[in-house]
Amino acid sequence: MDAINLLIEGFSLAVQPANLIFAAIGVFIGTAVGVLPGIGPALTVALLLPVTFKLDPGGSIIMFAGIYYGGMYGGSTTAILLNTPGESAAVVTALEGNKMARSGRGGPALATAAIGSFVAALVATFALAFLAPPLVKVAVKFAPWDYFGLMLIAFVTVSATFGSSPLRGLTSLAFGLWLGLMGLDQLTGQARLTFGVAQLLDGVEVTTLAVGLFAIGEALHVASRHLYKPEKPIPVKGSIWMTREDWGRSWKAWLRGTVIGFPIGALPAGGAEIPTFLSYTMEKKLSRKPEEFGSGAIEGVAGPEAANNASAAGTLVPLLTLGLPTSATAAVMLAGFQQYNIQPGPLLFTQHADLVWGLVASLFIANVMLLVLNLPLVGLWVKLLRIPLPWLYGGILVFASMGTIAANPSVVELLLLSAFGVIGFLMRRYDYPVAPAVVGLILGPLADNALRRSLQMSLGDPMIFLQHPSSAIMIAVATIALIAPFVFKGLSRFQQDED
Amino acid sequence: MRQFLKTALCLAVLAGTAVYPAVSAASDLELTITAPAGAGGGWDSAARSLQEAMMATGEAKSVQVVNVPGAGGTVGLAQFVGSAKGAADQLLVAGITLVGASISNNSPVDLTQVTPLARLTGDPLVVVVPKDSPIKSIDDLLATIKKDVATTIWVGGSAGGADHILAALITKSAGADPSKINYVAYSGGGEALAAMLGGQATAGVSGYGEWEGQIKSGDLRALAISYPEPIDGIEAKPLKAQGLDIELVNWRGIFAPPGVEGEDLETLQAAVDNTVKSQQWKDIVKARGWTDYYAPSDEFKGFIASETERVRAILTSIGLAQ
Repeated sequence: MDAINLLIEGFSLAVQPANLIFAAIGVFIGTAVGVLPGIGPALTVALLLPVTFKLDPGGSIIMFAGIYYGGMYGGSTTAILLNTPGESAAVVTALEGNKMARSGRGGPALATAAIGSFVAALVATFALAFLAPPLVKVAVKFAPWDYFGLMLIAFVTVSATFGSSPLRGLTSLAFGLWLGLMGLDQLTGQARLTFGVAQLLDGVEVTTLAVGLFAIGEALHVASRHLYKPEKPIPVKGSIWMTREDWGRSWKAWLRGTVIGFPIGALPAGGAEIPTFLSYTMEKKLSRKPEEFGSGAIEGVAGPEAANNASAAGTLVPLLTLGLPTSATAAVMLAGFQQYNIQPGPLLFTQHADLVWGLVASLFIANVMLLVLNLPLVGLWVKLLRIPLPWLYGGILVFASMGTIAANPSVVELLLLSAFGVIGFLMRRYDYPVAPAVVGLILGPLADNALRRSLQMSLGDPMIFLQHPSSAIMIAVATIALIAPFVFKGLSRFQQDED
Repeated sequence: MRQFLKTALCLAVLAGTAVYPAVSAASDLELTITAPAGAGGGWDSAARSLQEAMMATGEAKSVQVVNVPGAGGTVGLAQFVGSAKGAADQLLVAGITLVGASISNNSPVDLTQVTPLARLTGDPLVVVVPKDSPIKSIDDLLATIKKDVATTIWVGGSAGGADHILAALITKSAGADPSKINYVAYSGGGEALAAMLGGQATAGVSGYGEWEGQIKSGDLRALAISYPEPIDGIEAKPLKAQGLDIELVNWRGIFAPPGVEGEDLETLQAAVDNTVKSQQWKDIVKARGWTDYYAPSDEFKGFIASETERVRAILTSIGLAQ
């Protein structure tokens, strides 16, 4: 086993005191920026690039990887405690996580997120080490028609999952899809729905929508009820640690999340968001207590968090094997490699094997450090919930606006954030779920591009979706998922008639 | 200006690390470079490299980089033209993509409204086919295009960008109608690469650096580069050397705001020129895999004018501009 020897060698590189310190710094910074909305890992790594130029390549790339993992981790903390997803992949975590935190179960929610992230990252880093070269061969075969099939599955499962009434869920989804159409059309370069505002040419930023709908909408909602019917979240009820039942419900969700997250993350246009939606839906379907979903089900935190971190490791597959960055952070890490005249790509594994395996080994170490750093912090974090509500939500408003300004300093962006805040408030007031809007914004443009790229390649022939077995199967799965509930309903009615 | 200050303050607070102390106190210039794109892209890394070189050479006391992303750079350019007017401590990094974006977005501002200081780098584009493709040479590709322009599927970066323009130029010189080109745009060379390796396209265009690994490993066959002369270490020959009169380079340059004149302009000019001629800058260019494409201010000014006209003509011929 060549790979195992190489991995051991990688560990000997990674456990050098200097590299351990780099990993620790990276993990710490990453958690910090993950917690703050808006200041993502990408900006952080970009700012640190010139500083690290003087360091040796191994050390600084190890630090960047620590920031990357740490950011994924930190994003979930604010999502759970404050209903403010630090980045778009943590949107789903906010759904159940925040409900848990409000009913006094913030501790177990944070713990299952932390341990789930650890388990997922561990398994996924193993997969990265051993499967990367063969996996990438499959991943590049994933053509536009396959992406379209995947998007269909995501749409069907997601829209069936959210909200008490499908119509309300679909309305929210349609709002997100509409926002997703805004901006320059990627295939023709033409502006759509921008109303002459240049800042809209790039479309609506997912984090702006998520922070606006979730954090600001929530703050306004709480404020509106504060006078006559103040809501009192229960800071802590029972143990702040996970109970036996929590463990029992979490571990399968972690593993399922990992299995969904890693391969989708490895796709050149997969991303971290889609696996979190899929994992959430899957957990809801498989849960023994589906009625708890919507009021704080632990599986709904465990699965998506694991999927999120597994896809973060998956993203490194195309980065290391093709030199293909599939997220903003990966793009900056690519710049980090190039700074040392190292070109990630098919030759990286052979030309710079020591560096690759050192990186993989330090990902394991960063992972352990994250767990060590985050578990003791759980006790501290839940104390946040004891802050009086006006202070807490005042702080959220400041952080949300600051984060948005830091990511994109423009007045238009702030106005958008405020508008989304008001919309988020109205949606809460009239009982529309907010998550499908975010889902629509993320999936809409992807599905749009995949559909039109396919048709462009087939010269307009829609049969292209059925001619390729992979996309045909995915479309069939989506169709079955769409029709099956109705058929089962009909069947059971039919059986009742017989009785 | 207030917006700039706020942005700068915000970023400086977030990362005090980005501002280094000067190596020597030879200059007391305190500059801000606007990169009209997000962190991690080509303009961002050009701006940050320039920052590094200007401070290492002591040509400036401090340099900050501000990212103003949006709409192919036109948002950053509009802000630069509007709020930095006459400010002798502001610089902007921009390139050919911004020329195209200003035209296809009908932007009220374009690069002819700012003051060119120097053209810095120019990266060659490369034309490739998958390794199993029957197309072995650029002539084979021209013949394929001539036979049926619609079934020749191109992949590359964003619509209206340099990759698209090069594909259109090649289609035109094959004798086909460039408005019929079947160009599938991806968000960048990376995503397009997956489509090339997956065998979903006939030919692809991207910056050479982005696909260098796959070209060297033999997964992609490079037919030609768009740089006018052969480049050391690149096997593929220029289009010009293969009988096509096409030259297109993904250049980047540095600009001062409108209304900076006289002594102020001379100071900025001198700082930029000295930096670009320094060994530190040459080392960075080499480390980043860029190709030097330096042109001084006067030549660069004429170049911007001709490039704007040329890009407008091509974008009109493929129907992306009126």
